[in-house]
Order: sequence, then structure tokens, then C-alpha cells
Amino acid sequence: MNQTDRPIYTEFHPRWYRPRTSTYWWLKRPSYLLFIGREVSSAFVAWSIVYLLLLIGAVHRGEDDYQSFLRWTSSLGVVLLNVLSLFFVVLHAATWFNLAPQAMVLRYKGKRVPETWIAGANYGAWAFLSLIVALIVLL
Amino acid sequence: MAATKRSIEPLLWVLFSAGGVLAALLIPVLLLLFGVAFPLGWLTPPTYEHLLAVIGHPISRVVLFLLCMLSLFHFAHRFRYTLYDGLQIKHLNELINTVCYGGAIAGSIVAGYLLWQI
Repeated sequence: MNQTDRPIYTEFHPRWYRPRTSTYWWLKRPSYLLFIGREVSSAFVAWSIVYLLLLIGAVHRGEDDYQSFLRWTSSLGVVLLNVLSLFFVVLHAATWFNLAPQAMVLRYKGKRVPETWIAGANYGAWAFLSLIVALIVLL
Repeated sequence: MAATKRSIEPLLWVLFSAGGVLAALLIPVLLLLFGVAFPLGWLTPPTYEHLLAVIGHPISRVVLFLLCMLSLFHFAHRFRYTLYDGLQIKHLNELINTVCYGGAIAGSIVAGYLLWQI
């Protein structure tokens, strides 16, 4: 072979370089951890629903079951679980409302409505609804 | 004209999205009251009669059912993708989908039954 020979091309292509992703990739950066925290918050949302259904089931079965349910809820393990769940549920709400401006792009007279307005409106609705629910339950 | 096979993903995403909104708006206050404030004695829990009346109201039943069903689907959809992305276990896809969405459907049926009966 010398330089005037034409090169021979084949079908072969070298394997693409794909580094293996570690199962613990999410521990490597705080933003990754926050992302996984946001996703895992959905599990605590599910637990809250199960807890709510347990409450509704107890109310359905009668006054005694309701009272024993209330006693069960004040046991240490359940309280700790619910405090942890509350943290994750609030994390879910905060990350959700902070994303709302990106999901809901509104334009008024050609200009975009500021992001803080949309997020603020969501937080406002959250505060308002929370107050309404608390009043309905407590009063 | 060949019809493209329609994916169910958009429908699942809508359920996820609606569930996320309802869960974000309603669950924090409910969990704060029933999970922390009442058990720890910060506030007195409602009487049985009052709570029964509140839950039994038709609007409450509908709102609670939607909250339960959509939140469960929100969890199913998100958790499925967390297992897929987070733990890198793509080979268990079918099992994960069945457990997640099946669990959500089962929970919704339980919620519907309880809220109908009360």
C-alpha cells in the first residue's frame, strides 16, 4: 500500500462511548439530590392518601373506631412518619408551584406575565384553600 | 394514510399533572391537621359528628375522591419514572408499571367505596 492507493471503506463503526451510570448518581450533586427528593415526595403523597383513607374508614365504622384511630395517630412512630411526610409534601408543593410559571406561560398584550405573579398566584391559592379546609374541619 | 399508534402517555401525564396540583394544594393542610396537630394536642380534633357531617357532604365526597384518585396516579406515574431513572432498573419495566398503576387503581377503588358508603 502506498499513498496513492484509494482507502477501502467498510460498514464497521466503532462502538459509541457510553459511560456506565452509577446507581448512586443522585448523591453526587445537591441539585441531583433535590431532584430525587422531589420525585420521592410522591411516595409521601401516596402515604398521606393512605392515611386519609384510614381516617375515613375509621369514621365510617363508628365513633369508637374514630377515637381509637386518633389514639393510634398519636403513637410515636406514626407521628414521626407524618412529620417526615409533611416535610416531603411541602417540598412537593413548593417545587410544584415554583415550576408553574414554566408550565403555564401567559401573555397579556404581547408581553409575558411575570413568573413571580404566576408562582405567587399559586401560593396564594394554596394559602386560601388551606385556610378554608382548616376552617371547615375545625369549626 | 397509515394511522400512527397512539400512546397512552399523554393521558397518564394529565392524570399525573392534575394529581400534583390537587395534592400540592390540599394535602399539606390535611396532613398538618390530622397527622401532626391533632395527634400532638396542638388543636382539639373535631367531634365524630362534625367530621362525619363534613366528610358525608356530597361536595366533600367528590373532592376527596378526586384528591385520592388523582394523587395516587400522580404517585404511580412519578414513582415509576423515579425507579426507571433513579435506580436504573429498566429491565423490570413491566413489573414496575403493573405495581404502580395497579396500586393506584386499587387505591382509587377503595377510596370510591369508602366515600360512597359513608
